[in-house]
Amino acid sequence: MKVSAVITLKKDVLDPQGKIIQQALDGMGFKDINEIRQGKYFEIDVKENDPKKAHKIVEDMCKKLLANLVIEDYKIIGIN
Amino acid sequence: MKSSVITFPGSNCDRDMHVALKKFGFNNKMVWHNDNELPKSDLVVLPGGFSYGDYLRCGSMASKSKIMQSVINFAKSGGLVMGICNGFQILVESGLVPGVLLRNKYLEFICKNVFVKIKNKNNPYFKNLDKDIFEFHIAHNEGNYFCTGDQLKEIEDNNQVAIYYCNDNGKTDETFNPNGSLKNIAGIFNKEKNVLGMMPHPERMIDKSLSGEDGSLFFKNLINNIK
Repeated sequence: MKVSAVITLKKDVLDPQGKIIQQALDGMGFKDINEIRQGKYFEIDVKENDPKKAHKIVEDMCKKLLANLVIEDYKIIGIN
Repeated sequence: MKSSVITFPGSNCDRDMHVALKKFGFNNKMVWHNDNELPKSDLVVLPGGFSYGDYLRCGSMASKSKIMQSVINFAKSGGLVMGICNGFQILVESGLVPGVLLRNKYLEFICKNVFVKIKNKNNPYFKNLDKDIFEFHIAHNEGNYFCTGDQLKEIEDNNQVAIYYCNDNGKTDETFNPNGSLKNIAGIFNKEKNVLGMMPHPERMIDKSLSGEDGSLFFKNLINNIK
């Protein structure tokens, strides 16, 4: 079962990379940006066919390693 | 006095640390990350470098390596554990000291000498030092210390800030903050003060002709404190 998870920086954590990307895009003519926040995306193929269990396994991974909960939030965005 | 320096894949200050510890009288052992048990030690050092290529987040993979369970147990039983630079990143990722180290504010790798001010001498690392301001070297891309407001309050209430970035007179304002660290924080203790994480490299300041001797003062004092 393939599970997708997204890790993003928490709202009040400074994201200098996002800012610079925004500046670059602005310089290229993309003037309609309010804000850009950069994150990470994981596709995890787990040996589990029950979606609930697969969700739980990946959630555990996010809590224990994939995200640092001091600065990051995780969201499981798809299971199939 | 016995010390152990842990080598992770990608550590590159492990040998420098070994040389420094030996120079000031430690009987040092190099310990591989994949070992299960620490040798008997009075001090364990997590050295600088780029463990696991800084994959995922700096220090995150190393914090889950085999030897770390033994290091965490050693720290929890009161043993002295010092993490320098990438070692500091490993300490925050393993939860031994609070907070995290973010990418430097201006997105540049910083490699230069800085001054730091010792905040708290009531611990085995800094007690008996007869000055407060030290010149050390920093070389990092992710040294921007950050923690939540609640964590900061707890850190300050428990006197856990070890060192601040400052100028040669000890002024700690934003002008002398190289990387955007919260409140100019360059190093942090755990609550019990037996675990110290800091970005600056004292092991690069142990030779008068090459650098400076502030690292020598630190290590000489450290071994005397442990004896």
